[in-house]
Amino acid sequence: MKITHDALAEKFIADEPRTDWHDETLWFVRAKRDKAAHGLPEWEQLREWGSQIKNRTLSNLSNYLIEFEKNALANGIKVHWASDAKEHNEIVHEIIKKHKIQKIVKSKSMLTEECHLNEYLHHHGIEVVDTDLGERIVQFRKEPPSHIVLPAIHLKKEDVSATFHEHLQTEKGNNDPQYLTEAARQHLRNKFVESDLAITGVNFAIAETGGFVVCTNEGNADMGAHTAKVHIACMGFEKLIPKAEDLSVFLRLLARSATGQPITTYSSHFHKPRPNQEMHIVIVDNGRSKQLGREDFRNSLKCIRCAACFNTCPVYRRSGGHSYHTAVAGPIGSILNPNLDMKANADLPFASTLCGSCSNVCPVKINIHEQLWKWRQVIVSEGYVATGKKVGMKGASFLFSNPKMYRLIGKIGRWGMRAFPLMINNKANPWFKQREMPEAPKESFRDWYLKNGKNKS
Amino acid sequence: MSARENILNAIARNQPELIDVPVIDQNVIIRYEDKYAQFKAVLESIGGQTELISDVAILKKQLIADKQSGDFVVNAIAELGDIDNQIAEFTAFELEKIEKAYIKGTVGVAENGAVWVFESQMINRLVPFICQHLIVVIAKKDIVDTLHQAYDKIDVSREGFGVFIAGPSKTADIEQSLVIGAHGARSAKIYVIE
Repeated sequence: MKITHDALAEKFIADEPRTDWHDETLWFVRAKRDKAAHGLPEWEQLREWGSQIKNRTLSNLSNYLIEFEKNALANGIKVHWASDAKEHNEIVHEIIKKHKIQKIVKSKSMLTEECHLNEYLHHHGIEVVDTDLGERIVQFRKEPPSHIVLPAIHLKKEDVSATFHEHLQTEKGNNDPQYLTEAARQHLRNKFVESDLAITGVNFAIAETGGFVVCTNEGNADMGAHTAKVHIACMGFEKLIPKAEDLSVFLRLLARSATGQPITTYSSHFHKPRPNQEMHIVIVDNGRSKQLGREDFRNSLKCIRCAACFNTCPVYRRSGGHSYHTAVAGPIGSILNPNLDMKANADLPFASTLCGSCSNVCPVKINIHEQLWKWRQVIVSEGYVATGKKVGMKGASFLFSNPKMYRLIGKIGRWGMRAFPLMINNKANPWFKQREMPEAPKESFRDWYLKNGKNKS
Repeated sequence: MSARENILNAIARNQPELIDVPVIDQNVIIRYEDKYAQFKAVLESIGGQTELISDVAILKKQLIADKQSGDFVVNAIAELGDIDNQIAEFTAFELEKIEKAYIKGTVGVAENGAVWVFESQMINRLVPFICQHLIVVIAKKDIVDTLHQAYDKIDVSREGFGVFIAGPSKTADIEQSLVIGAHGARSAKIYVIE
């Protein structure tokens, strides 16, 4: 059976205290974002600049990519191009094979999650150690990250403690985050110093200089990249920005929007490999050029992956990242994923209340909630909604456009709800789930208005 | 056709009409009356430490004492004595033993407590990350208000690598509890020379 957001969310919310805890934890991050944003009087102007720079970039992307490639090559970086996930994985695999490498560390890269690189390499007998603490935790548990910035946000410290007890032999029942982080530090430092190859993501690639920037708080990207004799940085082509000075706008926006920090601990600018080091960049399309051609949806490519839209989303906070069944969850994922596979992800644009909070916090002003609404229309017209919903909507449309019929059905409905409440208050009615149905009024507002409202005016 | 040509052609075909580059008016950007005070307040709020000193030579005694303690201490500041150039060729396995590193920074940023460090200031790219404790020295006059002025002052592509470091390594990946000392330095102290 097809996996859908509502079915997975139902599993998630079965544990009510945990759902509340998840909701509050994410809201806490959102509150930190607000505090950081309000600390800058020019915040809204900054968002506007971020948005405009990205608009400019998308409008001149082919030239910027050519400029970036030229400058990166001049810097001694090897540049690869991958049309899709398969090509991306093959390119990385080829580099690993060429160097006969066994020890690989990887810092956070949502692109490699999107391409399922770890699974691909595992299938070819190559193991990759994820080095971001949250990613290492979920990797031990054989789970995907549930959040693009906070990969293990769905887990409690007791869960992490049990996982580390199993894999790192930490004390059973010791739930102290300090103790658990220290255990991971020791474990991963060993992995870093013996690594031969490091894979990192890219936060920003600079056309003007042919370099790229990677942001972390933990320092894991640097520990890997500066140790290994081969560094592969993987990026979707939309990571490009025109100039180095544009970084001032984006680095000011990124961490404040993501976690409420003024900047990440490390913002590392890579331009040339070390002596005797090989540095590769893999530039990936994987559906992005198609999205660029969809006028209504191309703005989604402005995303800088801060996850502010996740933290603010009332649906994400109460359904968890795994319910989105894709590498990038949350509101932004719900407008990116239908482009990758409309049929498999047809449910996602409906996993929203369209409240618009995502668009309000987006640091590059993507009209996320409008795109969710537009995707719904595309998905329905392409025939990717369940028959029940389609018939229901058609019925509602008929009803609402026929006032006489509407009044008649309303009357029957009100009478029915009073006379036979069980007809509505039963499990076959999806609206009855977790809801008390309202008591039906004796008369409709229209009837009341005809009697009272009109006379008084 | 190669993947490169396919991708570039598809982008050229699908990208919207050319839009102008926005003008960044730095006059609307926040300024701080006391840049050092702001730098200090932010840095301390993110787990770093800072101290104002009158002369870099003041750190000489501390460096000598650190080196005599038997710990592996790296100096990359000429004013403090010999630079440990030999570590340029050290392996990660050897560098992992560094207890403390003394390096210079180029620019400090008041709004976020970050310091820019060029590769040439760290001897080996791993040093500021792999050391247990990091000491960075900057001049007070090199503290700017925001990243806008910082990027105006530095040429990020002048060297092969450079980094903004804002405090010690940290994580909140376990239940949003802040823990200092994830993979990188457990402490970061910035000395600011008046």
